[in-house]
Amino acid sequence: MDFERTFDIGTDLVSDLDFARVRQWKDQHPGGAVIGYFPVYAPAEIIHAAGMLPVALSGGGDRLDIQHADARFGSFICSIIKTTLEMGLREHLTVFDGVLFSSICDSARNLCFVMKRNFPALYTDFLHLPHNPSSAASIDFLASEYRRLIQELERMGGRPVTAEALNESILLYNRNRQLTRDLYRFRCQNPHLLRAWESYVLVRAGNVIPVEEHNQLLQDALAQLPSRSGRPRDSIRIVAEGAFCEQPPLDLIKLVEDVGCYVVDDDFAIGRSWFVEDVPTEDDPIHALAESYVNRAVYSSVRHDFRAPRWEGLATKVKQARADAVLFLIAKFCEPAYFDYVLFKKKLDEIGVPHLLLEFEEKQFTFDRVRTEVETFVESLVFD
Amino acid sequence: MADVRHTEYRGNIHQLQKELMQKWYERLNQAAETGTPHTASLMISGNCVELLEAFGVVPIYPEVNALQLAIRHQSLDPILAAEEIGYAADNCAYVKADIGCYLKGITPTGGKLPKPSLVLCNFVGCNTYVKWFEHTAVLTGSRLYVLDVPFLRLDEPSRDDIDYVVRQLKELVTILENITGKKFDYDRFVQAVRCSAQVEELWSQIKHLARRSPSPFDAYFDAITLMGPLYVYRATPEGLNFFRAALDEMQAKVAAGQGVFDQEKFRLVIEGPPPYPFFRTFRDMFAKWKACTVASTYSTVGGLWEFGARHDPDHPFESVAMHMLAQNVTNRNFLQRYEQIGRYVKDWNADGLIIHFVKSCRLFSAGQGDMRDYATRTLGIPTLYIESDLEDPRYFAEAQTRNRIDAFFEALEHSKMTATAV
Ligand code: SF4
Ligand code: SF4
Repeated sequence: MDFERTFDIGTDLVSDLDFARVRQWKDQHPGGAVIGYFPVYAPAEIIHAAGMLPVALSGGGDRLDIQHADARFGSFICSIIKTTLEMGLREHLTVFDGVLFSSICDSARNLCFVMKRNFPALYTDFLHLPHNPSSAASIDFLASEYRRLIQELERMGGRPVTAEALNESILLYNRNRQLTRDLYRFRCQNPHLLRAWESYVLVRAGNVIPVEEHNQLLQDALAQLPSRSGRPRDSIRIVAEGAFCEQPPLDLIKLVEDVGCYVVDDDFAIGRSWFVEDVPTEDDPIHALAESYVNRAVYSSVRHDFRAPRWEGLATKVKQARADAVLFLIAKFCEPAYFDYVLFKKKLDEIGVPHLLLEFEEKQFTFDRVRTEVETFVESLVFD
Repeated sequence: MADVRHTEYRGNIHQLQKELMQKWYERLNQAAETGTPHTASLMISGNCVELLEAFGVVPIYPEVNALQLAIRHQSLDPILAAEEIGYAADNCAYVKADIGCYLKGITPTGGKLPKPSLVLCNFVGCNTYVKWFEHTAVLTGSRLYVLDVPFLRLDEPSRDDIDYVVRQLKELVTILENITGKKFDYDRFVQAVRCSAQVEELWSQIKHLARRSPSPFDAYFDAITLMGPLYVYRATPEGLNFFRAALDEMQAKVAAGQGVFDQEKFRLVIEGPPPYPFFRTFRDMFAKWKACTVASTYSTVGGLWEFGARHDPDHPFESVAMHMLAQNVTNRNFLQRYEQIGRYVKDWNADGLIIHFVKSCRLFSAGQGDMRDYATRTLGIPTLYIESDLEDPRYFAEAQTRNRIDAFFEALEHSKMTATAV
């Protein structure tokens, strides 16, 4: 197959609201269950070890009209909350046997229980991820939360999650995250050979296909990319920050690069590179996963670690990516991102890194204003 | 056509409440000026004030400061000051008002507020709490401790949930020992927990008096008056005296057959926080129709005791943990809130439900459209859904809100009349 087609396939995968590939997996695995999870973070390793398919839900993109969910969630609520519910109400989620939510924000928290009421046949659960990493108790607590999840999955007919099975899954996901990091590194070093939207669809495709296949896809891409041709453009290097949950439209990511930016790092689909180092494989892999959440997870506006402030994480990211500026891409009404913007901005001002704030909605078709803003920003940097 | 009337609470406890809160602000002022007593910022919901009381540490509740400011029509300036440094139009305005006050040196009484010895984030369900206190710690340079309370995702907290919270409470004891230089006085802690249990019993009895018709007080507007002492003084003898006086006063009203309205026409349940910047205006919109709130979810932010839960001096740490985990509306899940409303409607004999969506607070408001669906279809209760804000005066559309409330009561009146006719 022509390698360039990979990006089209990736685009199709991320825009498919009917989860055709997930249905295909289910046909091939009679009795197999599919567990969706609200994006950002979920212990996919555990779902995988139970013989189930973990699928990250990433909203409805720009292909879903909201007909019912507005009446349930009203004003001032981000779009992904509504499109997720809408997908359920419009029967796009029938392939799922369960959905998981976690303590990322108040809107998602309430959505979990609205889903539970509206779809009683679906196993709907909420994982409490700890907010106090400085307490030794948080690892034990999270391990107990994971054990509770395992019981639920086993009750649903999942395979017994043995230490061996879980360690195998951890290795597969470690590999997946390593390949994702490699892809990001490649793009950071060669932004003229891999555009941000291309890397985005490659990575996000992992949300809906089995990890084994995704590893293969990333591995093939990494093998092919260096031989791609492309001439360096006259662009400024930016880090995109803030779109860790609701995802920006593909056209918006393209536009940012079209008007003179290289997006050399970003937090899109952040759950796919959640751990910054490998999760260790040990006799008690549940503990290893819990300990990794507390000690080796990526910073994010919805994960709280007061030992390592997030604004320091952003500053390090900017430095490592040799970025000239930061572009805050924040989903409209995403309160965690709005809050972090204040302290991120303060830090960037202190270290003299220029930044621009753009709000987006997953369903957005006109980008004229955004284009002008980014163009002006780029010009101000170029002529500085 | 119903006549227009204004209401205000006419009892003694309103005055008593004012004095108590004034005294609290004086202590905070003293702390700011002299460095004693030690203080800790904490959140109203699921607070562990008993542990602070054991050390003589005075709580600072930024939420109480913020709402005081809004009631006095002073919240907009600080909100704008916070927006100037980057807070968004859609961030919780409580946070913006509080941060703005800090930036501009404003306090609710004009007195001083101390730099807290500890910024103690009791994280009970509201993710905004975590951000807010992180920002406060950055701004003030105070030490931050986040006490992580697992969300009530199951019917009851699990043993693991309770152990997790208890372990953190014990870590907090060590932190408080270091800050105050005092050894933890277990007996004083038990005493504080005992006090809370008694106050909770009194508060619960008061709430149950609203099941009478006419109700002696409004379980939304008047309950809010009683809530300040509930947070600040719950674990102290002063709190106990206050709530004894409150119960006596209410019982006397019941005995005399007095209600908020002599002829109570409608009995309501209200869900969601009030529009503090228009508190009186909003109240009058209901008073006009002689509509009395008999139960409200907002008055259970600090604690949900009317269904029997209490602190327990025989298990002080576990019961503080249980309070944080399960006995406050913010850490309970959305469907448990539906259930709570359902119980109110039935046991408090309500004829209508008002859902007040506040844009600041996604914890309360996200999904209230689904709640309306539940209320009308499953509970079969006439429901009115209105939108504004609890702190930001820019989101209160007075004429529109009044029209919708009038239309709701007109319809309710009509259906009551038709029902009687049948
Ligand atoms: S986009 Fe932001 S506000 Fe919306 S669900 Fe995700 S984290 Fe919550
Ligand atoms: S979001 Fe709601 S509960 Fe949280 S601090 Fe704001 S008003 Fe309070």
